[in-house]
Amino acid sequence: MLVEFGAFALALALAFSVLQAGLSAAARVRRSTTLAAAGEGAAVAAFLGVAVAFAVLVHAFVVSDFSVANVAANSHTEKPMLYKVAGAWGSHEGSILLWCLMLTGYGAAAAVLGRGLPRGLRASMVAVQGALGVVFLAYTVFASNPLARLARAPVEGQSLNPLLQDPALAVHPPFLYAGYVGMSVAFSLALAALIEGRVDAAWARWVRPWALAAWSLLTVGITLGSFWAYYELGWGGWWFWDPVENASFMPWLVAAALLHSAVVTEKRGALAGWTVFLAIAAFSFSMLGAFLVRSGVLTSVHAFALDPERGVLLLAILGVTAGAGFSLFAWRAPALSPGGVFAPVSRESALVLNNILLAAATAAVLLGTLYPLIREAVTGEAISVGPPYFNLTFTPLMALLLLILPAGPLLAWKRGDAAGVAQRLWACALLALAVGLAGYALVNPRQALASAGVGLGVWLIAGAAAEILERTRAFRGPAAESWRRLAKLPRGAWGMTLAHLGLGVFVLAAFVETGWRQERAETLPVGGALDLGGYHLVLEGVSAVEGANYDAERGLVRVTRAGQPACIAEPERRAYLADGQTTSEVALCYRGPNHLYVVLGERRGGEAAPVWLVRAYWNPFASLLFLGPAIMALGGLVSLSDRRLRLAAAARRQAEPQPQEQPA
Amino acid sequence: MKVRTTLAAIAAVLCMAAASDPAERLTDPAQEARARQIFSEVRCLVCQNESIDDSQAELAHDLRQIVRQQVHAGRSDDQIKAYLVDRYGEFVLLRPTFSPGNAALWAGPFLVVLLGAGLLLVRLRNRAPEPELDAAEDERLQSLQDEQT
Repeated sequence: MLVEFGAFALALALAFSVLQAGLSAAARVRRSTTLAAAGEGAAVAAFLGVAVAFAVLVHAFVVSDFSVANVAANSHTEKPMLYKVAGAWGSHEGSILLWCLMLTGYGAAAAVLGRGLPRGLRASMVAVQGALGVVFLAYTVFASNPLARLARAPVEGQSLNPLLQDPALAVHPPFLYAGYVGMSVAFSLALAALIEGRVDAAWARWVRPWALAAWSLLTVGITLGSFWAYYELGWGGWWFWDPVENASFMPWLVAAALLHSAVVTEKRGALAGWTVFLAIAAFSFSMLGAFLVRSGVLTSVHAFALDPERGVLLLAILGVTAGAGFSLFAWRAPALSPGGVFAPVSRESALVLNNILLAAATAAVLLGTLYPLIREAVTGEAISVGPPYFNLTFTPLMALLLLILPAGPLLAWKRGDAAGVAQRLWACALLALAVGLAGYALVNPRQALASAGVGLGVWLIAGAAAEILERTRAFRGPAAESWRRLAKLPRGAWGMTLAHLGLGVFVLAAFVETGWRQERAETLPVGGALDLGGYHLVLEGVSAVEGANYDAERGLVRVTRAGQPACIAEPERRAYLADGQTTSEVALCYRGPNHLYVVLGERRGGEAAPVWLVRAYWNPFASLLFLGPAIMALGGLVSLSDRRLRLAAAARRQAEPQPQEQPA
Repeated sequence: MKVRTTLAAIAAVLCMAAASDPAERLTDPAQEARARQIFSEVRCLVCQNESIDDSQAELAHDLRQIVRQQVHAGRSDDQIKAYLVDRYGEFVLLRPTFSPGNAALWAGPFLVVLLGAGLLLVRLRNRAPEPELDAAEDERLQSLQDEQT
């Protein structure tokens, strides 16, 4: 009964989305505040409908109601509670419902929080958001119903793929989707601005918080996914340039470009058309990302829950939605004002360079992901594009971007002073060069590329510090004055510095980890040992363990360094009972920012003298790989809390005359 | 239950990196390192999207053996890759070749840079000449800015 109620609420949400789109569009045409208010009410109602349906689905998973097809296919009574709940979005149907929940949630939030927007823009935005809701909810209701019943309920479910039964991955999809779908508000605002024919500083200021929130959440989502791959797939890597990873990385890159170009539009009124284009592109790439993964077009090491038949439908939705957005752009954008002028050396130019390089990096990822498909479709020849391609295209483009990054925030708007910036950054450059050279000379084995990368990371970190010093005029006046300035720095400035700092930390870690990672694998009997990176690992025993829904062998590996105990690693090799899969549960020893990564492999040899394949990696700076993006996301959130973004809305609200009903 | 079986197949090959297995290794560490470098650029053809360095699949094991034998026999990287391409087609290479068919793939990102730089130059050239400030005005502007910040 509850399940039917949920299905009904979902259908109702679709109806409310239709109303939202229709009423808000009518409100725009007839300039009626009553209709506009009704459209906003429908937006909230659509969200509540999807929320009820989603709650019902989660409940069905929690109580293991196997009469629901989706639960029967993806859950199991013996699964831990966290994964029962996470199972709700582990399947195709469930994940699309989560997408709809986020989409209507953002739509309702934008409608309610959009009080400061000009009325026409707001009505158009709510209408576009409603239209998006109609498309996705219609797909959910008619082609991908997560609450469909089975005629005959099985006694036991088929369980969720064991690889996905992991805390990081349980919360990974909600963050990722919150990021993807957050771009929908920027998309709706962009289309609304094109409909209104006006893109100004106020509009850019409105897009920024939504893009910031979406980008920050996407950063968290991607990092969680990467961390999961790092310790769950068990081969020590954290980024594989896999199509599924690329699919989530492209919207991230475009959103990063959008954040920067929106600043130019907000402060200087320039690049309006480009900012609108990026806002449309960011959500289009989000849809591309979600659907490439879900449609099964791409072969990937971690493409889960795919379904080719519905994939075509999803790609059609993508084509129509993105196509409509870009067509409207092509039609209306030429009328937009080009905005303020700027000199070759200026903050604007630096941000344009940022956008050019981010766009090129996105093109590299896009080509690398889709070119094999295109070439096979056109010529029938199959090729592969793997990590070596990205190392030769994406990496140099990003390295160039990172080289100019510290100069950007120090340049003045409109006309910058190149000599002044050089004067402020020479100490940072010297430090970066010194650290890079020291890395090259002192660290064994000698790695030129990794050392250069270390220098680049230090350059970014020092650049972030230089920016704060510059803003506070540190060492160039009385200390008290600098402290006063530091205390008064706007959150937006802190946010930017944190994001750039986090990027530096990540770059540093990425090069150190890739350049100086060590690997060792041996077949060991109980009592056997292997040496790695100055550590001595002894396999002291292997015991049988019974988990909640798996049986496992657990190794006991005692790790010492120069005779001193360092840690005890207990890697497991699990066999899941529901479907007989085996997975390896990695043991991580945290040594400062470094990881000692221990994997227990298969048992070999006879019963009399068993040996185990033990594999260990020394991953220097591995913690910083994930800390860096966390700092970046934190920067986004700090920036989001800036008073200016909130005050601007409040000020406009006060300035605007009270709404009055206009005769239709 | 097609999806289930696919998942199981993926998971089966996912479990662990395989190339470092001591049972397979070459005795000469320099040769072994070279073989590992080649592994990372060769695709495991039956896997979802893995190099033979990572894959535990039977075929990956066989390919590793071929590469190790040829490394041991003293053949160059290019010779080994050419041998693999002859047998399995270009699909086996994770680094696409620099060939006319892949021109768009390799040049695309850099064309975006050129296009963007071109547009930026046009934009900068078309800007209206700005009135220059004289020294006195500059000074006044500076003092105003200092007051403000």
